[in-house]
Amino acid sequence: MNIVVCIKQVPDSWAEKKLRAGDSTLDRDSADAVLNELDEYAIEEALQLTEAHGGEVTVVCMGPEKAAETVRKALSMGAHKGVHLSDPALHGSDAVATSEALAAVIAPLGADLVILGSESTDARMAVLPSMLAERLGLPQLTFAGKVVVEGTTVRIQRLTEDGYHVVEASTPALVSVVEKINEPRYPSFKGIMAAKKKPVSTLTLAQAGVPAGQVGLPGAWSEVVDFAVRPPRQAGTVITDDGDGGTKLAEFLVGQKLV
Amino acid sequence: MAEILVLVDHVEGTVKKVTLELLTLARSLGEPAAVVAGRGAATAAPTLAEYGATTVYLADDPAYDDHPAAPKAELLAAVVARSAPAAVLVAAGVEGKEVGARLAVKIGSGIITDAIDVSPELVATQSVFGGSTVVHSRVSRGVPVIAVRPNSTAPVAAPAAGTIVEVAVELSAAARAARVVERVVQEKGARPELTEAAIVVSGGRGLGGPENFALIERLADTIGAAVGASRAATDAGWYPHQHQVGQTGKTVSPQLYVATGISGAIQHRAGMQTSKTIVAINKDPEAPIFELVDFGVVGDLFQVVPQLTEKLAKHRS
Ligand SMILES: Cc1cc2nc3c(=O)[nH]c(=O)nc-3n(C[C@H](O)[C@H](O)[C@H](O)COP(=O)(O)OP(=O)(O)OC[C@H]3O[C@@H](n4cnc5c(N)ncnc54)[C@H](O)[C@@H]3O)c2cc1C
Ligand SMILES: Nc1ncnc2c1ncn2[C@@H]1O[C@H](COP(=O)(O)O)[C@@H](O)[C@H]1O
Repeated sequence: MNIVVCIKQVPDSWAEKKLRAGDSTLDRDSADAVLNELDEYAIEEALQLTEAHGGEVTVVCMGPEKAAETVRKALSMGAHKGVHLSDPALHGSDAVATSEALAAVIAPLGADLVILGSESTDARMAVLPSMLAERLGLPQLTFAGKVVVEGTTVRIQRLTEDGYHVVEASTPALVSVVEKINEPRYPSFKGIMAAKKKPVSTLTLAQAGVPAGQVGLPGAWSEVVDFAVRPPRQAGTVITDDGDGGTKLAEFLVGQKLV
Repeated sequence: MAEILVLVDHVEGTVKKVTLELLTLARSLGEPAAVVAGRGAATAAPTLAEYGATTVYLADDPAYDDHPAAPKAELLAAVVARSAPAAVLVAAGVEGKEVGARLAVKIGSGIITDAIDVSPELVATQSVFGGSTVVHSRVSRGVPVIAVRPNSTAPVAAPAAGTIVEVAVELSAAARAARVVERVVQEKGARPELTEAAIVVSGGRGLGGPENFALIERLADTIGAAVGASRAATDAGWYPHQHQVGQTGKTVSPQLYVATGISGAIQHRAGMQTSKTIVAINKDPEAPIFELVDFGVVGDLFQVVPQLTEKLAKHRS
């Protein structure tokens, strides 16, 4: 079973994020760049599935030159190959454009499964999995807390507010995962060394067959009008419990008519 | 005036609060029209009319419940084609975003997610990076698809005609390719849904174990709150993942957020920082959560929470 995993490089979630004043895009230089955490779970799931059923894991990443580090990280976890779509014309691409570019890269790979994180920690849109399912014409098995493959059937537990739905489809299919699904492995020293020799193909837009006018800031389907940084919240009253802390908090809530 | 389509979120005809909020918001943007699909759709119609839907596009077909996202996107695309709306609003929950995402690709439109407001010019307000930055954005191509967060507007009834228009769409085989084969309910209760609740009471690692979530639930039930949890608590399996608040969990924006035994890491704050009032109980006076609170108690939650619950129970009775 051959699996494509979509991975994104994002600013470390421990850092305060900012937008750039000039073009209102994410300031990617102000924080360390890391592999989107939920994508680690996607990689882990793909590795477990290929370990059980055979086949290879190819990671696909669209991002600036620096995102090559993220591709290597995935390879050091055990993914077999990488495809890195990198082109200055992609800067400022929104979700619709990103899905078009990624679909162009993924379609020819002919994978049995495409696995994504359910959300990126920077954009937090959680729309790419559905957009790719739509573009690639694949059954959508999203928000999975568990994935089981039996022959050509893929079955997931799709988390709901009060439990889960069992959703199934035949391969090829697209899956998105939440962090409940597994415990991602750390790259081993051996894995890190092996990753240096694994094949990564770096593609430009033209090589991927994406028309430049469809992506990047000029091709954007949505635009930022303006943005403002909000003053941080002012801390209010903090008291130390002397045996009546609960009572004082209750009085505050009642006084503010909050309960 | 052009229509503003609102995708209805309902459970067998019982309309979710977020849909009433979207209909209320839609009235300031154009002529609200509801699109309701799945089992029990017809029973939702009177409520939709009460909250201002001039037209109710109805597709009472179980196929919309039995295949995730794709059928509703096909339905919406069909309604967009006949109604030429000014915008499509969906709820910014898992399903709403999925349907909106597919619709945007289908009709060649941009999409904005997690809007907390939309102006009559269809400029959306978003609160990003844990509430530290406010962004105004707009869709520049196609019919704007906007996913609006629950609790963004107060729902106000404004009865309208609610004329029913039945829509029968021939769903594609691709839209039916993923099948819901079983529905498992793990917790049933009268508690409000996390993202819709006016009050959220959350517990973190400070609770020390799953059994102590009973303390949080008791407080929550006393004041009609939903229960949330930090990732430390959900990762440890103390509380279901669906209740996780934060960066990789849910974003909540209630009137009141009560954090107990939660340190207030940046990824947790990303999911609750826009709450109107925040209170916290934590034994560590240096916990970052105290930088955000309107009222904080430095103390042992095992002392403070039961006392708080008891006082509030007395007040409510
Ligand atoms: C990419 C990424 C995404 C993440 N996403 C999320 C997310 O969505 N949501 C989230 O919550 N976290 C998230 N995290 C994790 C986050 O960084 C923190 O680890 C987590 O929020 C900590 O949870 P906590 O506050 O319950 O635990 P801790 O940080 O361990 O805090 C426990 C607190 O309880 C207090 N305490 C202990 N005992 C008592 C007592 N008896 N009475 C009162 N107080 C007591 C302690 O003083 C302490 O402040 C994410 C991390 C990463 C890297
Ligand atoms: N630039 C990208 N390159 C590769 N995969 C991506 C990219 N952006 C998003 N994804 C994938 O889509 C998922 C959801 O992202 P989003 O819709 O941006 O929240 C991520 O977890 C990734 O798996």
